[in-house]
Amino acid sequence: MLDYASLKLIWWGLVGVLFAGFAIMDGHDMGVGTLLPFVGRDDMERRVVINTVGPHWDGNQVWFILAGGAIFAAWPLVYATAFSGFYWAMLVVLWALFFRPVGFDYRSKLPMRSWRNSWDWGLFIGSSVPPLVLGVAFGNLLQGLPFQLDSNMVSTYTGSFWALFNPFALLSGVIGLAMVTFHGAIYLVHRTEGAVQARSRTAARVSGLLVLIAFTLAGAWISRGINGFVVTSVVDPGELANPLSKTVVRQMGGWMDNYHQWPLIWALPVSVYAGITLSMILQKSNRTGWAFVTSSVSLLGVIGTAGASMFPFIMPSSIMPSASLTVWDSVSSEKTLTIMLVAALIFVPLIIFYTGWAYRVMGGKVTAARIQKNEHSAY
Amino acid sequence: MAVDQLVELSRLQFAVTALYHFLFVPLTLGLVWILVVMESVYVMTGKTIYRDMTRFWGKLFGINFALGVTTGITMEFQFGTNWAYYSHYVGDVFGAPLAIEGMMAFFLESTFVGVFFFGWDRLSRPKHLMVTLLMAVGTNLSALWILIANGWMQNPVGAEFNYVTMRMELVNFWAVLFNPDAQAKFVHTVSAGYVTASTFVLSISAWYLLKGQDVEFAKRSFRIAAAFGMASVLSVIVLGDESGYTVGEAQQTKMAAMEAMWNTEPAPASFNLIASPDEARSRNDWAVEIPWVMGLIGTRSTTQVIPGINQIKEKNRNRILSGMTAVQALEEMKADPHDAAARATFEQHKADLGFGLLLKSFAPKMSDVTPEVIQKAVDSTVPHVAPMFWGFRAMVALAAALLALYVTAFINTLRSRCDRMRWLLKWALVMLPVPWLACELGWFVAEYGRQPWTIYGVLPTRLSMSNLTVTDLYGSLTGFVLFYTVLLVIEMFLMVKFARLGPGSLGTGRYLNEPVHAH
Repeated sequence: MLDYASLKLIWWGLVGVLFAGFAIMDGHDMGVGTLLPFVGRDDMERRVVINTVGPHWDGNQVWFILAGGAIFAAWPLVYATAFSGFYWAMLVVLWALFFRPVGFDYRSKLPMRSWRNSWDWGLFIGSSVPPLVLGVAFGNLLQGLPFQLDSNMVSTYTGSFWALFNPFALLSGVIGLAMVTFHGAIYLVHRTEGAVQARSRTAARVSGLLVLIAFTLAGAWISRGINGFVVTSVVDPGELANPLSKTVVRQMGGWMDNYHQWPLIWALPVSVYAGITLSMILQKSNRTGWAFVTSSVSLLGVIGTAGASMFPFIMPSSIMPSASLTVWDSVSSEKTLTIMLVAALIFVPLIIFYTGWAYRVMGGKVTAARIQKNEHSAY
Repeated sequence: MAVDQLVELSRLQFAVTALYHFLFVPLTLGLVWILVVMESVYVMTGKTIYRDMTRFWGKLFGINFALGVTTGITMEFQFGTNWAYYSHYVGDVFGAPLAIEGMMAFFLESTFVGVFFFGWDRLSRPKHLMVTLLMAVGTNLSALWILIANGWMQNPVGAEFNYVTMRMELVNFWAVLFNPDAQAKFVHTVSAGYVTASTFVLSISAWYLLKGQDVEFAKRSFRIAAAFGMASVLSVIVLGDESGYTVGEAQQTKMAAMEAMWNTEPAPASFNLIASPDEARSRNDWAVEIPWVMGLIGTRSTTQVIPGINQIKEKNRNRILSGMTAVQALEEMKADPHDAAARATFEQHKADLGFGLLLKSFAPKMSDVTPEVIQKAVDSTVPHVAPMFWGFRAMVALAAALLALYVTAFINTLRSRCDRMRWLLKWALVMLPVPWLACELGWFVAEYGRQPWTIYGVLPTRLSMSNLTVTDLYGSLTGFVLFYTVLLVIEMFLMVKFARLGPGSLGTGRYLNEPVHAH
């Protein structure tokens, strides 16, 4: 059996995998939704765009639900503190997401132009707001959040909703939205033809460049302009989880420590540059499937970079640094982590397998002809 | 007081969003099996009409499913946003079934629902049927894990408090999994979903038959719904009785309130068919009693006694006093982790910690505890009687009405004469909203009856909330109500429109109301 410390570490990786799954799977249909009003100029073009993800958006969205559920089960204190602290931000994400199931399913059920147009903008909101706000949330995590814990582990958050939208966090929001848009654009290049495909190529170039610029800026900002967090007491990774038994200081450049200690993790930020560049080149030479793979790698790189910079912190506190939540001290019990790991090892490969099957069944270019042929089952 | 207002608003928001969600869930749970039945007949016989039935009822399924997904995401978020202390305190136990639900069930359902709608021309008949079947399995497994989580809230087995981490931790996963409350609840809830879906198909088919629209299509749908509904309504009632039995074991309080049983009676207790409960004086002004029945349902024996409300409260008074000692010992242990005496006292009173927390929720400092506060805590341990008493009776009465409908419909459909019995068709039509009402009442009784706890005997509702302001709650509650109302109006509009069109909306050229433009 694995010891408690290893389980904690594995779960940190697994939550990362689930977030990456969310970014790669739900990310591409959110990118498609974000681009919908811009790359689809008439109703048929928009139906083409929507139907590239029509059979899949629902399954993809479960990555998001599962990431939330896994945090609940594996890091209950993080789930409690983050979701209640980010109350209005979470509600904005949630309410934006409301537009998606109904938008996808109801849009083409009625022929009126105003009806369809409204749902298209609904899909735009439902697809662009979540990555933007989640990016902003990540930007705030990196700066620490104003929460404290009492000895009963009651968390109190003292920041306001508007304070979340500070300059660095907005930059992170731009990264979130741009990377998802890039990924969606590459997916559309893969699944469409003609005018929609051409516009998607343009969108990919613009958003890809934006990711690279914003990511570079954020990197410079993190290394020179943001106080990282460093644990100063001796931590026993195998101890029972209680975040109040350590001491933490804030330190300029603290988020760079891990890169000095384990230079191998430089591979993560490098993969962002490599993934996006390769993806742009590959889509140009019409190797669009591989372009999607490399853009997925770049998303993995962004999430990995954020996670690795902060390790072992998950949620640092700016007003009570010693109450910061880390990989070691805000996790579930050994038993729960073990059971959840077994479940994940069984079901995650299965999920990947049947999702792959579903994409194969529904594969091929989505065209106007294909939609007209399936007038009554297509969106 | 701000705390009281906050707890009321948080509960209201949870209740509103959960009841909204459950407008869509039961139809999904049951209709998916009806689709499996219809498509199986299609694959076995090759008759196109069964394919059309699967696709048409599937279309209505889709309209409903979209809102089920929409309102479902809220449920996953809301523990964290509004019940933060709950999430910390029991996440180690409660989070696991939710996460496993995602991995095992929700993914299955959501992935295959897309292939179900889009894959008709891309898969062979048996393969498409397999997709429908997997979607059905996923949907129902999803209910299983959610009810394992909910069952644990009612009957928190297999977990213990850990004073280092200050929370409940899992000690026996199998106990949580095979919690008798969870198992009974699961079967009762999915059966209620099957009845809901059967009634949906039965009523709309009856309407087509009344109008003489697409008669062959409607007759076949009616027959499937009548048979499926007959089996399901029996299952709801029999297994509802089973959950009544488990309630008796794990949560005598809920049962006493539900039955307005103020005092322990000699076994076997009689059943109050109807009564007029008077909470202020702890008695019923009058009651129509049936001897023995309560004892038999509640204990499955003629000798075991069922405790009454007053006796339960007295027992709880002792637990509250013992819990007070546990809370005090815990505070001492926090001040000095090596205090062996405090630890020994704590271990002795640990089982009543939840009752100590209940007292603490009325008086944050144990030094502020007065006899009045203790009395207040004692009185709070039993939920209000009248809503429980009448909520339960209304649910049972609705179930009985459904049973009568299904017995009649089933017998007559066996004789193939339903389409000529206009009174039966009209009856089926007006019964359309009944199962929804019964489902919502069932949840009300189950959850309101658990008060004052979120986790029965472990964590009081008043301590489970997030540290939010009353303004936050008013804002979010208003947002939810507005959003959900608009979405519900749109959903109902589409549902009625496509139900009216009937199978003609498929555009196959075989039915009435072929569309000029509809999908």
